[in-house]
Amino acid sequence: MELSVNDHGNFAVVHLKGDVDLQTSPQVRKGLLGLLEDGRRPVVDLSAVTYIDSSGIASLVEAYQTARKKGLSFSLVQVSPAAMRVLQLARLDKVFTFHDTVEAATVGA
Amino acid sequence: MSAAAQTAADPGPDNAPVIEVRGLVTHYGPRKILDGIDLEVQPGEILVIMGGSGSGKSTLLNHLLGLLVPTSGAIRVLGEDLNAIDGVARTLLRQRLGVAFQGGALFSSLSVLENIMLPLIEHTRLDRKTMEIMARLKLEVVNLAGFEHLMPAELSGGMIKRAALARAIVMDPRILFCDEPSAGLDPVVATAIDQLILDLRAAMGMSVVVVTHELESAFKIADRICVLDRGKVLAVDTVAAIRASDHPRIRNLLNRQGEDPDLDVDAYLERLTGIDL
Repeated sequence: MELSVNDHGNFAVVHLKGDVDLQTSPQVRKGLLGLLEDGRRPVVDLSAVTYIDSSGIASLVEAYQTARKKGLSFSLVQVSPAAMRVLQLARLDKVFTFHDTVEAATVGA
Repeated sequence: MSAAAQTAADPGPDNAPVIEVRGLVTHYGPRKILDGIDLEVQPGEILVIMGGSGSGKSTLLNHLLGLLVPTSGAIRVLGEDLNAIDGVARTLLRQRLGVAFQGGALFSSLSVLENIMLPLIEHTRLDRKTMEIMARLKLEVVNLAGFEHLMPAELSGGMIKRAALARAIVMDPRILFCDEPSAGLDPVVATAIDQLILDLRAAMGMSVVVVTHELESAFKIADRICVLDRGKVLAVDTVAAIRASDHPRIRNLLNRQGEDPDLDVDAYLERLTGIDL
């Protein structure tokens, strides 16, 4: 899996590529919590993610709640239908903020 | 995200069966329990193994889990030959299988949350916070949120089944095995468990093998039903085909009629007296 971060005004656009699984999700968690520690506002681009397991989703959940605690925004971009089905199973589709594009997520940057 | 993106593991480019059983024979002592079983489970399929008491369905399940060694025959699970696999490879395979045992098999000294986290603690090096969130997510899925601090002794029968399911899926298994998931539950709870299995398959794309003698449950969740009888496969077919079968022993099973085995007088008397003719 590859993780890269681009500045987009006030936002930190986090591009994930490949599989987010038991081996790689700790890297995602560390990256997102690090950005939040620095007061950045993550926009997580999932468009190039080929697979995300429960550990990846748990990392997103922890980062999202940490952002809320800090009063920072946090959104997901281009969640696949398959990933959305898993999110729906745990009602997380009603929890996260979703956008279709990075541009839509970074309006007002 | 591309249309190919998945949350469930890829079944593989060749879409090969996730389980292949060929000519499986097993004995308990001199008694033949399974007699030449051939069976396949396809990716994403729910296969229900049905049969009366003593038909061999639990023994077959234990073989699929690699818990028993067959007298003869071969079993491949996710491409691995269970007769040949050992050590690290066997551990890695078991990490890709989830099992919900009939009685739950929860550790009585651990809370519900700790029980569900156990596979993660044993098999991963994830941060504990991540493990807790994963376990809590599964509790949400099985509708046990808020009960994570209870001990197994404080759970009802239906809650134990749900907790066992949550633990079975916490590692996002490729194959979920359920032994009598709705046995002994009232109809409402049993129906909810059936629906949960369907929802899990739809969302996570896993294959599911269910052992049950509950006809209603089997008809509701199965893509195909394997009917076992006296250690042999009587039929493996769709729900509609099984229901329409005119095989007398399948009809007996569907009509819940008791066994009426043909009496082998010689064998019977030998069994009673220990005296061979």
